[in-house]
Amino acid sequence: MSARPLVAIRDAVKRFGDFQALRGVSLDVRAGEVLCLIGASGSGKTTLLRCVNQLARLDGGGIWLDGELLGVREHAGKLHRLSDAEVARQRAKTGMVFQRFNLFPHKTALGNVTEGPVQVQGRRPADVHAEAMELLRSVGLANKAGNYPSELSGGQQQRVAIARALAMKPRLMLFDEPTSALDPELVGDVLAVMKQLAKTGMTMMVVTHELGFAREVADTVAYMDQGAIVESGPPSQVLGAPREARTKAFLAAVI
Amino acid sequence: MSTVPTLAGGFPDLSDLPAARPPHWGRWIAAALILGGLGLIGRAFVEGQIEWAYVGRFLTVPVILAGIGNTMVMAVLAMALGIVLGVVVAIMRLSPNPVLTAVAAGYTWLFRGTPLILQLLLWFNLALVFPVIGIPGIWSGRAVDVMTPFLAALLGLGINQGAYTSEVVRAGLLSVDAGQYEAAEAIGMSRLKALRRIILPQAMRVVLPPIGNEFIGLVKSTSLASVIQYPEVLHAAENIYYANSRVIELLIVAGLWYLLVVSILTPLQMLLERYFARGAARLGR
Repeated sequence: MSARPLVAIRDAVKRFGDFQALRGVSLDVRAGEVLCLIGASGSGKTTLLRCVNQLARLDGGGIWLDGELLGVREHAGKLHRLSDAEVARQRAKTGMVFQRFNLFPHKTALGNVTEGPVQVQGRRPADVHAEAMELLRSVGLANKAGNYPSELSGGQQQRVAIARALAMKPRLMLFDEPTSALDPELVGDVLAVMKQLAKTGMTMMVVTHELGFAREVADTVAYMDQGAIVESGPPSQVLGAPREARTKAFLAAVI
Repeated sequence: MSTVPTLAGGFPDLSDLPAARPPHWGRWIAAALILGGLGLIGRAFVEGQIEWAYVGRFLTVPVILAGIGNTMVMAVLAMALGIVLGVVVAIMRLSPNPVLTAVAAGYTWLFRGTPLILQLLLWFNLALVFPVIGIPGIWSGRAVDVMTPFLAALLGLGINQGAYTSEVVRAGLLSVDAGQYEAAEAIGMSRLKALRRIILPQAMRVVLPPIGNEFIGLVKSTSLASVIQYPEVLHAAENIYYANSRVIELLIVAGLWYLLVVSILTPLQMLLERYFARGAARLGR
């Protein structure tokens, strides 16, 4: 019997007004697995990721992280929203990396990494400092610890953002098009850090247009279109020998 | 053209010629006209019925010094109250809670919608409505004793200032990118902690110049408290000229003190702005 999946998404529905961004998505991510979500913009892949991190709230269905239902609690036949504190506690199990980096501009690279452990987890700054420096070293930026985000390139900022997310010791890392805002020559550094992270056994959900990365690193690739998963499986199948016509059309358009 | 060496092809060599200074006739004419005008105004004041000796004598009398001291104390305390109220009300205004939003909007509407001098008079005359004020079961007192000119001025100026400051702070909060809220939430911060640690420090950069503006306005608005007998500098000047009839001289004394205070505040504001621009300064902003 296979172990319980770390992330279980069942019939997830999300609407923005009349627009249905997710139309009943179901998906499992096992611990240690790397899942790449691909698809055209507007297909719902970013919305799905944001729902996992509760930056957006589902209108139907549910998401379980490590067996725990996210955002709501079932009681006496009704769904009750969790308090902000409970949501924050659930969020702490996931790390999020944004397309636009979203580093805190008034804090140094090191300050960005230590902010969460010190302010949210209440750990002593002295204890956190060495760990944060080690994280910055692992993303190749130990020498930029004292620099502000405005002094870093896009690729360096994104690597600091990855270190910031890892500092919270998350069970799951979410990447929302982490290289889409980067100049082409800076993409490789960020992807290399993500590959390294995948090798350490981190569970990752990655929304990406980098099919080369998906082919090399992903255990599962899911192709989304119009708010639904059209096809998913190992990259050799979805990217190499797609069965669905829509997947073939998408791959033909982007390659 | 004859002294200029010639290049191949018959073109003159212009590389060593100095640039002639343009005459700027317009500047000289404008400067002459303005200096002439200022001279006339200056002469009018010298020949006018102003006893400059009185200005010099009353500039540093104890009553005036105490007055400018009271002006500064009131301005600083009222601004502190205004900033605290402004930040709280701005956060309430942007909260998802509709009750808090409505209360914040009502507060701003009420205290921006009535003249400051009217609010000062209302606070000062509170005893006419509520002869006894207090917290039931804990403490109470006669309103005429409690509502001193100082307290009435502080409440009137501070609460009015809070209404304006809340709009300035709200603009600052809105100026921070939505991605900053999301990044703060994504590392597990609560809404209030995200505001305090991430959003407000960034909003400060946007908020400081208009807050400096508001504070300079408030320093001068304290003069309105003279109508409720708060002994600030204009009130002191008035009391002196009621006795000696040197109206213009004493108004000039008060004016010079306001100018001096505002002149000191401006560089202080620049120092504060530089501190909150850290992280952004190197972009040359």
